[in-house]
Amino acid sequence: MGYNLMREFADSWGLLAMALFFVGCIAFALRPGGRTRADQTAQIPFKDD
Amino acid sequence: MRFATEIVVFSVFAFAALVGAGLGVDAPFRQHMWVLFFVLAGFTAILLRNIEFKPAAPIDPSAYMDGPIRYGAIATVFWGVVGMLVGVVIALQLAYPDLNIQPWFNFGRLRPLHTSGVVFAFGGNALICTSLYVVQRTCRARLFGGKLAWFVFWGYQLFIVMAATGYLLGVTEGREYAEPEWYVDIWLTIVWVAYLILFLGTILKRREPHIYVANWFYLSFIVTIAMLHVIDNLTMPASLLGSKSYSAFSGVQDALTQWWYGHNAVGFFLTAGFLGMMYYFVPKQANRPVYSYRLSIIHFWALIFLYIWAGPHHLHYTALPDWAQTLGMAFSIMLWMPSWGGMINGLMTLSGAWDKIRTDPIIRMMVAAIAFYGMSTFEGPIMSIRTVNSLSHYTDWTIGHVHSGALGWVGMISFGALYYMVPKLWNRERLYSLRFVTWHFWLATLGIVVYAAAMWVSGVMQGLMWREYNDQGFLVYSFAESVAAMHPYYVMRAAGGTMYLAGMLIMAWNITMTILGRQREEQPLPGSVSAFQPAE
Repeated sequence: MGYNLMREFADSWGLLAMALFFVGCIAFALRPGGRTRADQTAQIPFKDD
Repeated sequence: MRFATEIVVFSVFAFAALVGAGLGVDAPFRQHMWVLFFVLAGFTAILLRNIEFKPAAPIDPSAYMDGPIRYGAIATVFWGVVGMLVGVVIALQLAYPDLNIQPWFNFGRLRPLHTSGVVFAFGGNALICTSLYVVQRTCRARLFGGKLAWFVFWGYQLFIVMAATGYLLGVTEGREYAEPEWYVDIWLTIVWVAYLILFLGTILKRREPHIYVANWFYLSFIVTIAMLHVIDNLTMPASLLGSKSYSAFSGVQDALTQWWYGHNAVGFFLTAGFLGMMYYFVPKQANRPVYSYRLSIIHFWALIFLYIWAGPHHLHYTALPDWAQTLGMAFSIMLWMPSWGGMINGLMTLSGAWDKIRTDPIIRMMVAAIAFYGMSTFEGPIMSIRTVNSLSHYTDWTIGHVHSGALGWVGMISFGALYYMVPKLWNRERLYSLRFVTWHFWLATLGIVVYAAAMWVSGVMQGLMWREYNDQGFLVYSFAESVAAMHPYYVMRAAGGTMYLAGMLIMAWNITMTILGRQREEQPLPGSVSAFQPAE
């Protein structure tokens, strides 16, 4: 696997996959109904000491 | 029998170190092995004196394992004092070169001792002990793996001692922030993998369905540092009994690997790990949940995806291809967004409780830390722009920038976390003295302001003097003239550093007294008790 092959993969499919994963993470965090779940999770530090 | 295995293992390794001290091919390696031998032999002797033949008391599997965290808190304060003291010493060496004591205590050998001392010894211990504290309390599970946490703690201290003594003996790879030689690197790799297993194992046995965001930041710090450390330290030792190794990469590839490591050590060691600290200790001290949990998730993923590409901005105007320099610059500028998102999230956690900044000195410390996080992550992207970098690079401006981040953000958030954690760990009602915290806060803040302001002026002056041409195209100043011009700023910097160190010493006293169970009799802080008395 030479430099050129890796480079070609990195700036095509690799870039696309990482960009989609990133956008997916943001979309998942902002999904409808995510707020209540997030608010519950934010309470975790106060459940136990 | 308690410590039986440990004693055998330490004895064997102490013997191996003794063999290395005898057969080493170069003098620094032999001296370094003598250090290792005495450390391990001393440790064996301590264990032998503490051996017990009674069966060990049964361990309550539901109780948290706080022993290694208590040791870690003490180690954090101890290494903080050492690292910052060395910092003041090298600041004075720059101002007064006569203070260089050859060969062990010259600037070249003490400088990595300072950087590793504050970053890896102070910061690393702070991260390890707070991460183990947070992961247990947010997963509601005891640490995984029995004595593994003790191995991580002592193994990491051994790494620090070997790295620090190696620098003084002249054992170095010459890679910034990755100076330890190959055998110390291998030891750190073993300790770090144990740390990863310890942390992941605890997350896997959690009794809480969700993984709290602080643990994500801590985990990303552990995983990324493992990857960076292994790849940047791919070296071939010249001899298995010698202290010299050669990098697997050469030329510009080696430089890029080094700065991919170096910048992500800033991004994942000094940023992601301490953000984990922020996302637990700020809500706890303020007694309010984080402002927006969803913003914290976006903060996390954006930081992870962007930071890893920013390293090339350390190599502007070098042999690195232009496209790679531009890539590093573009990603550095994009980092503004997650950094400021995280800063706003941390600050807004106090919304509705802003009075705490006035009444609670620990909250004040944490807020100052977040403010410095915002300021230094604003300055950093500006300095990564190539035209700005042509002025700032290799000057004291960079040093000022690093210290506003390291003293302001990393230092202050660690102080806040320790002030919160220590009374809890030792079951004390409160700290020895809150007024001492206030003193620490103001000494540290003023110290940073003096330090950073002196370095801005000195750095910009230095950059301008280096590029000053006369109308015939000759350089106006010789290099030595720019060095002489910086003397007053070097003295001011040493004064700022001394103030910061003084604050750290006050903290060490305060923490020691808290651990001993003392409480200082003092007037309550103004504002901390209501001025209005209820009607009787």
